[in-house]
Amino acid sequence: MKQRIIVVGNGMVGHKFIETLLDTAEQDQFEIITFSEEPRLAYDRVKLSSYFSGSTADDLSLTTEAEYRDRGVIYTLNDKVVAINPDNRSVSTASGRTETYDKLVLATGSYPFVPPIPGGDQPHCLVYRTIEDLEAITASASESKVGAVIGGGLLGLEAAHALKNLGLKTHVLEFSKGLMARQLDEGGGQLLIRKIEALGVDVHTGKNTQRIEAGETCRYRMHFADESHLETDMVIFSAGIRPRDELARDCGLDMGERGGIVIDNNCLTSHPDIYAIGECALWQNQIFGLVAPGYHMAKVAVSHILSGAEQFTGADMSTKLKLLGVDVASVGDALAQTPGAQCYTYSDGVAEVYKRLVVSADGKKLLGAILVGDAEAYGTLQQLCVNEMDLPESPEQFILPQTEGGGAVMGVDALPDTAQICSCYDVSKGDVREAVQGGCADMAGIKSCTGASTGCGGCTALVKQVMDAELSSMGVEVNNHLCEHFQYSRQELADIVRVKKIKTFDELLDSHGQGLGCDICKPTVGSILASFWNEYVLDDKHIGLQDTNDIYLGNMQKDGTYSIVPRIAGGEITPDKLVVLGEVAKEYNLYTKITGGQRIDLFGAQLHELPEIWRKLVDAGFETGHAYGKSVRTVKSCVGSTWCRYGVQDSVDMAIAIENRYKGLRSPHKLKFAVSGCTRECAEAQSKDIGVIATEKGWNLYVCGNGGMRPRHADLFATDLDDDTLIKYIDRVLMFYVRTADRLQRTSVWLENLEGGLDYLREVVIEDKLKIGQELEDDMTSNLANYQCEWKTTLEDPEKLKRFRHFINSDEQDNNLAYVAERGQRRPATEEERKNNIPLVELNG
Amino acid sequence: MNSVNSAAAEAIITEAPWVDVCELTDLAPNTGICALINQQQIALLYSSRLDEVFAIGNYDPIGKANVLSRGIIGSIGDAVVVASPLYKQHFDLRTGECLESPEHKVNVYPVQVIDGKVQVQI
Repeated sequence: MKQRIIVVGNGMVGHKFIETLLDTAEQDQFEIITFSEEPRLAYDRVKLSSYFSGSTADDLSLTTEAEYRDRGVIYTLNDKVVAINPDNRSVSTASGRTETYDKLVLATGSYPFVPPIPGGDQPHCLVYRTIEDLEAITASASESKVGAVIGGGLLGLEAAHALKNLGLKTHVLEFSKGLMARQLDEGGGQLLIRKIEALGVDVHTGKNTQRIEAGETCRYRMHFADESHLETDMVIFSAGIRPRDELARDCGLDMGERGGIVIDNNCLTSHPDIYAIGECALWQNQIFGLVAPGYHMAKVAVSHILSGAEQFTGADMSTKLKLLGVDVASVGDALAQTPGAQCYTYSDGVAEVYKRLVVSADGKKLLGAILVGDAEAYGTLQQLCVNEMDLPESPEQFILPQTEGGGAVMGVDALPDTAQICSCYDVSKGDVREAVQGGCADMAGIKSCTGASTGCGGCTALVKQVMDAELSSMGVEVNNHLCEHFQYSRQELADIVRVKKIKTFDELLDSHGQGLGCDICKPTVGSILASFWNEYVLDDKHIGLQDTNDIYLGNMQKDGTYSIVPRIAGGEITPDKLVVLGEVAKEYNLYTKITGGQRIDLFGAQLHELPEIWRKLVDAGFETGHAYGKSVRTVKSCVGSTWCRYGVQDSVDMAIAIENRYKGLRSPHKLKFAVSGCTRECAEAQSKDIGVIATEKGWNLYVCGNGGMRPRHADLFATDLDDDTLIKYIDRVLMFYVRTADRLQRTSVWLENLEGGLDYLREVVIEDKLKIGQELEDDMTSNLANYQCEWKTTLEDPEKLKRFRHFINSDEQDNNLAYVAERGQRRPATEEERKNNIPLVELNG
Repeated sequence: MNSVNSAAAEAIITEAPWVDVCELTDLAPNTGICALINQQQIALLYSSRLDEVFAIGNYDPIGKANVLSRGIIGSIGDAVVVASPLYKQHFDLRTGECLESPEHKVNVYPVQVIDGKVQVQI
């Protein structure tokens, strides 16, 4: 008999509970039913603000209806549980359904508190919690010029960020004296105000809103208790959250004085069959408004249902985030509320940095900390605090700038294995070490294996330190040397080549290497040389560096023949050219297939046939498609606004422009692009290294996605770009990648290993933090100026053509080739077929 | 016993004739080509850094195709090698042994360059 579990609410925590139960329990042990009043299953509310920068509901979703169906979860959307009857163990819903349960889990979350202000219920007075709220804010902002946020806490500042990005003049109104009053002391709060005002957001503290009336210059006028007022077109309430506890209250469960469903260490309510988890639950008179403690409660509830021993004993409420571009972190008892607590404070008004340490009365333990403007020390401080480790003799070094002998960083060796490194996904130091022992040797591997640093990303530096320490303790030399011939990484070699203007492999080997080189360093250096100087790759100086694919300008197949892929920019081809391809394929009996990149692949050409075939193609106006190189492959496109009823920009035109711009560019790995003409995204640009999606106002640029073995959605990099800015950003991103990536590192892995990740890439490319923007563009320009169709160059040189025969001293062909017919074309015979003399296809003599 | 065997082997090799194959200039620096000698496919690989030409069988016993002349020449430790262009195993150009799986071996042939002509003894 299956136990029936009903989960009320399908937010992040409710979903976590379901996921954990499915992962831990045996199949068929439970029947899980969940209700959500929202129109969609769980999504990532922590990243909600990314909805404004172009993420869709799908991007944010934590699961799919298909996944729930596959795993046997019965779900109902748009229907709310309105009553619980604990006596006969049943719930009933707004639509009139009644379901019985064996165990009930309340994960109803919280709602934004809207103070009862007269006039606060007008159409452009909104809250910030769900995707629907964000849609309403976007709609309202489109007919507003000024916006005001009531509440200067975490969420309020996030909402202010969103309004600012929507182009509104933005005000933040805070009741107390400083911002983030729950996390920061006065000094930290004051500095945060200065920094945020410098970004163009007006902050008004000590404002108690009394009523909202019709305005004179704007839609509304807000009146404050101090008799001042402010005109605004829209208002967002962000005055804190309240637990959604009405269901529990109505059925008689124990409640806190100020709301919240009382739970014990097992997350059980006052009724033995009912659990409460997440923001609706009250543990020792505390509500936990962060997702990590909610996730922990979900795990504890699952453990208790399965008779496990895990307990909820409170949570670390430390947070680190970037608010409107300002680094802010708060650790433990940041406000020094522990009796006897003492403080160290460092404040630098010039550099706009504020730091505070809260230590125990005996000065031995760290109780809490505040960091504004520079949150570098967060990882160290949070670990010292959570693990109750002993402080060094002069703890002030943690907050003093490095030039004064401070800025100490704790070695990760000091941490116990149980230390929680990633609080979003509850990953301990031991988990990371285990992953390394299991074979993970880079950040990308650790992320996919443990989930660490895939949430807020605050722990990235710490995870990397743990990984490096474990690798070196395993005796794995943490070196990134390319191979035994060069004691340098690809990036270092690229810098050497660029700075010293080295033009040949031999020169580099003489000055910086040893031995003869190998099949790893030769093509790598060949690619670096081509990326910076773009000389003809089959020149005598370079030919020995190239893989056979690059030498014969085709892709070697399993029997030693080659395939031929002419460039079909943007996937656009005239009927005449299509006929040429057909005629050539027929003449040489080439197996013909359409590729995923919207072009045509012709298989089975022997060496001596390659120049003949390419001469026909070049004469018909084709150029090489570089399908053989680690280089730009295709720019896939949809048909766009010229034909499509929905297209908003000419995606084909842009795709062809991009493909023609970057064709021939050599890179650490292949590069695939796509351009979609509207948000329907028919070109699947979000699975590409560079993806471009048309908007009404221009182009959205996505970077570092890929399909293949480990698919990764591209990240939204910048929005509503004009043509020139789009190309400028792509130039910079690509050249930065070419310069800094490892050998055979795709853009996705490169970005995941890039310290600082997407934000850092934006700083380099958009804000030009490293002041190399112009240099990157110039490199790209000079590289592109040297473009040549390698096939055209090769056909013009009789010397080069001598290579295109199987034997240097005979016109005979390779006698090992054998083919059979299948679906009207030929393919290589298998060993079995060769042995059994299956009728073979005749080759042209 | 051993000495007798190798002496016999040497005797046979010295009896085999030197065959003219091509000009040294037919070989681009640090690349290979394939020659057909007595109906056998021989890969000639030219290391310009060592100024030496090597000759081995062209058939890759692992990839099962005639491709070794189209591999990249290099060194692994002290061994001079060619990497198969199919699955990248390395074959020692002096012994013919596959470094990754020594059970696979290709033939090795003596080479000399006389007056710019490449000759193989086979």
